Amino acid sequence: MSPSGDTSPTGAETHDALSGRQWMLRGARAAISIPAFILTAAFVGYAGLARETGLTLGETLAMTGLVWALPSVVVLTGAISSGMGLIPAGIAVALASVRLMPMTMALMPIIKVPGKTKNWQMLLASHFVAVTAWVYAMKHLPELPREARLPFFVGFGSAVSSFVFCMTGIAYLLVERMPDMVAGALVLLTPVYFLCSLWGAARLNADKAAMIAGLVLGPVFFLYLPGLDLLWTGLLGGTIAYLATRVMRRGLS
Amino acid sequence: MGDLVAETWWWPYVMILVAGWLATDIWRWLGVFAGGRLREDGELLIWVRCVATALVAGVISKLILFPQGVLAETPLWLRLAATAFGFAVFFASRQRVFVGVLAAEAFLISGWLLLDALG
Repeated sequence: MSPSGDTSPTGAETHDALSGRQWMLRGARAAISIPAFILTAAFVGYAGLARETGLTLGETLAMTGLVWALPSVVVLTGAISSGMGLIPAGIAVALASVRLMPMTMALMPIIKVPGKTKNWQMLLASHFVAVTAWVYAMKHLPELPREARLPFFVGFGSAVSSFVFCMTGIAYLLVERMPDMVAGALVLLTPVYFLCSLWGAARLNADKAAMIAGLVLGPVFFLYLPGLDLLWTGLLGGTIAYLATRVMRRGLS
Repeated sequence: MGDLVAETWWWPYVMILVAGWLATDIWRWLGVFAGGRLREDGELLIWVRCVATALVAGVISKLILFPQGVLAETPLWLRLAATAFGFAVFFASRQRVFVGVLAAEAFLISGWLLLDALG
């Protein structure tokens, strides 16, 4: 409808008077960023894995777009390639995706305008919740005016996911077999990026304590309670971190 | 019978829709409903954020300690050292994520090349 981007009049507008669409465009522009680059690299790495596993291009893209959370995508790839049934595969993926619930919960009060934001808008926006966008949102959304946060997040999320979607397809078609070292380096990108940006997004001591607890407990539960490991890591690590820092903040009240 | 179903072209898409899309997005939707009532400054939200953060941190250490694919062939100490180096550089560069990530990658690749040359 309107010419997009920078041609809109800017002079008379105050910061708050930007429309939802303009905030969405700003979000999309903000998506040209390090996190998007790193996520793209991770999905390019995944495209190689999908092709080696024998998934078609259509299946790979459908998974990228519909699931939109790399760990869950990897689990589902394994399930399909090993001929797992629908129900066991669904359970495996659901277990790998539980983390999305507390992540979405934590994001809601930041994004929501009480009494104004509709539930369907939140449900749509929630599809973009995945670690990369979540970390970015937790760090940057609180700096924006409240009305701007939802459109900005949707613009950011849809821009990142469409870009990653296209690049995954291109990578699938072009990269027959990646050199080992490149593939390995792509795999390491994601955890290191998560590590640095999660620390950067931590606002309270509680967040930092939770991060350390999760780093330590994650592998322990993975070895002793595989399947449910992330759930226990989150619940136990998060609760310990919360209680410990609460005692530090307010004493034993 | 089961094999016949598994070989049709559309079966993987059913898997992706039900076992992929539904099994993933359901948690996001539950998060919307459960998070809608949280207050931005409440104690409950601090706890929820702790749980989410610890979960994501668990994903991080799993990816480093038990990686998939070719990265699993590198020695554990190299992956840990590369990550630690990246995190240290991240701090030294006044928390610039890009610099930290680049440093970790440089460390990993030089270590890998060195091991290849020696081995």
